[in-house]
Amino acid sequence: MTAFEAGAGYGGQNRDGGADVIFGGRSEPLYAHGDRSPASKRIIVGYGFWIFLLSDIVMFSAFFATYAVLVRETAGGPGGKDLFNLTNVAIETAFLLLSSFTCGIATIGARARQALMYYGGMALTFVFGAGFLFIEIHEFVGMVAQGAGPTRSAFLSAFFTLVGCHGVHVTLGLLWLLTMVAQVFAKGYRADILRRVLCFGLFWHTLDIIWVAIFTVVYLMGAG
Amino acid sequence: MLGRLTWDAIPFDQPIPLAAGAFVVLVLVGGIAFITFMGWVPYLWREWITSVDHKRIGVMYVTLASVMLLRGFTDAIMMRSQQALAFQSQGYLPPEHYNQIFSAHGTIMIFFVAMPFVIGLMNIVVPLQLGVRDVAFPTLNSVSFWLTATGALLVNLSLVLGEFSRTGWLPFPPLSELTYSPDVGVDYYLWGVQISGVGTLMTGVNFVTTILKIHAPGMTYMRMPIFTWTALATNLVIIAAFPVLTATLAMLTLDRYLGFHFFTNEAGGNVMMFMNLIWIWGHPEVYILVLPAFGVFSEVVSTFSRKPLFGYRSMVMATMAIGIISYTVWLHHFFTMGAGPNVNAVFGIASMIIAVPTGVKIFNWMFTMYGGRVHYASPMLWSVGFMVTFVIGGLTGVLVAVVPADFMLHNSLFQVAHFHNVIIGGVLFGMFAGYTFWFPKAFGFRLHEGWGKAAFWCWFIGFYLAFVPLYVVGLMGMTRRMQHYDVPEWRPWLLVAALGAVVVLAGILCQIAQLVVSIRHREELRDLTGDPWMGRSLEWSTSSPPPAFNFAVLPHVESRDDYWRREHSPDRGPEPEPQYQAIELPRNSATGFVCAFFATFGGFGMIWQIWWLVIVALVGAFVTFVVFAWRDRTEYEIPAEEVARIDRANRLARAQARAELQAAE
Repeated sequence: MTAFEAGAGYGGQNRDGGADVIFGGRSEPLYAHGDRSPASKRIIVGYGFWIFLLSDIVMFSAFFATYAVLVRETAGGPGGKDLFNLTNVAIETAFLLLSSFTCGIATIGARARQALMYYGGMALTFVFGAGFLFIEIHEFVGMVAQGAGPTRSAFLSAFFTLVGCHGVHVTLGLLWLLTMVAQVFAKGYRADILRRVLCFGLFWHTLDIIWVAIFTVVYLMGAG
Repeated sequence: MLGRLTWDAIPFDQPIPLAAGAFVVLVLVGGIAFITFMGWVPYLWREWITSVDHKRIGVMYVTLASVMLLRGFTDAIMMRSQQALAFQSQGYLPPEHYNQIFSAHGTIMIFFVAMPFVIGLMNIVVPLQLGVRDVAFPTLNSVSFWLTATGALLVNLSLVLGEFSRTGWLPFPPLSELTYSPDVGVDYYLWGVQISGVGTLMTGVNFVTTILKIHAPGMTYMRMPIFTWTALATNLVIIAAFPVLTATLAMLTLDRYLGFHFFTNEAGGNVMMFMNLIWIWGHPEVYILVLPAFGVFSEVVSTFSRKPLFGYRSMVMATMAIGIISYTVWLHHFFTMGAGPNVNAVFGIASMIIAVPTGVKIFNWMFTMYGGRVHYASPMLWSVGFMVTFVIGGLTGVLVAVVPADFMLHNSLFQVAHFHNVIIGGVLFGMFAGYTFWFPKAFGFRLHEGWGKAAFWCWFIGFYLAFVPLYVVGLMGMTRRMQHYDVPEWRPWLLVAALGAVVVLAGILCQIAQLVVSIRHREELRDLTGDPWMGRSLEWSTSSPPPAFNFAVLPHVESRDDYWRREHSPDRGPEPEPQYQAIELPRNSATGFVCAFFATFGGFGMIWQIWWLVIVALVGAFVTFVVFAWRDRTEYEIPAEEVARIDRANRLARAQARAELQAAE
């Protein structure tokens, strides 16, 4: 039994192990019908957070669709070929993918209650995430400096919004990361905090998935 | 210091909004002062504002919807009277005010009446129908409610400070861009709807998780009551649709605040992209509203026909099919865009196909009534009124799905009559049926039948008087949103429509009277059995109102309509007393309220461009979440003896009430 299962039990709801007694000692299993047995709190939280992430992906899909519609609308200004530096983007991608790996290590560390793995993993995740952000902001500032800011054309509006929205997510993720480090430090590996670490991990990996789409649709297709 | 906010924001030169605003402020301040004077603040804070109980949150949602209905209806009757008067004259509402009124009417009726009403009923009913103690994330539920309330507050603030959007209920560019709407009107719309939209999205996440992951033992999918099924479909649609609204409004916001070019006329912006995006949310939205109404009708019709619902499985299939097809019809809102005959044909046909599962539902309700012992209590009146009215609205909908016909009817009052036909006749009648049906469950006493029936007939007749004339003038060529006109043939129809609005007003007054009379006579209307209607699903198996924990022990479900089966099984004996156990419930939390407090100031700061206020609000919201996350005790325990005491008292009251009923028979 790991720490995650220790948090099982929604409210008082599935405490009715005594239900057999209540319903007169049935011989058949209690949840035989249709395989819908009540879920543990960890499952419920993880499931709910996944659904939230799906909705976040839907929001990104609206920005992707907009970008696809506007990608040729450069209004006489620079296009993707003129602006994108694939070397920078490759480094960004490497940072983000590595940060996902270290984030996974941190999650395992939290589950195993290994302080070094958890704090070390989180620290590396923060460093890679912050590095990614630094390169991205550097790219943005450079573009604005050469007159290719978001107000220049519809293409650039869509570009800055799509990529910037991902960047805002990474920023919020870093803030969340620090909060989770502080929480574990102050309260230890409590079941509810471990559930939040799990959600943070899901969030961080989702940002990777979205980045892979941005990398392909915006940068590879744009620079090629 | 205060950004764009100056004394000019208060409309001293316009008597109508100033008086209306002053009245609202007076009522609010007076109300708060009265509550404080009576010493009710601690009670409200403890039992309602910080409550994370789904039943309390549901009641607050429905209350918000009812208050906003009064505001939205005030706008409606002003429009009807303006059009009745403004024949070859300016009427009494100048154009810039009239335009705000129709914009506010639509915005408020959809986002702050229909949505909270639907979500409120789901909150009260769904956990009870599933046989569980709360939703998956109770505190998040409270946050959702308070964010919705924030949105409503911001939109209504525009009465007093500044002005509201003049673009219609959806902010179509380029009119909504800074060039053509430089004032704060569109910004009020954007932030009010954006903030409440986040609340709605959280509700979607919460209820999908609840329905799919939390339920009483044995509550399989095919045993869930239809209302819960429709709630599942609605919340799935919310999860897929509302993020698109968030993105679209964010893009318009960037256009307005930072000079981006998504929907502008210059630099490659694309106006029609806004139409596509907003209706990819907007069309599913109407099914988000109407599906739970279908659920209510399913419960009401089978209960008052004393029969199980006809075609349960086809009802489930139809519900889920509508949820999916609702995503494939959005373009029918702008056939006139000129996407070409092939594209228009695809969306026209899809729009007709979606009428098929809806028709399946209508037949299922009729066959449920067929051969049943139909009892025409007021929830049933609303349901039958709906079936008649909604079929007419559905047929005019299929009519405008025919592309050439739509080219003639686009933006006409025929269109306005059509969507009011389905939204009033479908959503609103459904919500009123649900309100009457579940009121005794929420409060422990029934609503007065006489006033309820009077309200139904006023609404029913008033609706036809108000909207059939709009179909006619629409066919005669009258476009929507006209502040004045000079075609003499339209005038008599618009006078009848205004009369219809007055009859609807009588219906609303009957509903207010019904509530007052019912509260005064609550002892006579008391429901001690927990089951005032001979109901079928699990919500009727607990007391009215249910205890905080809903069920002392979770029911064990063995069939569809499980409560009915248990009540009417031939070998039904006295239920043995269960073995009571301690119950853990989530503790109250001020997170939702505090969050909404910061969201209100954050939104206000964004609208008036008071940047320091925005930063303070963002920091405050983050701190609120951290404080919430830092709590050590998130649940409290009701000891087994306390559960036993409450449940024994309820069982005794129930048994006595039933014995009395049987003696009376």
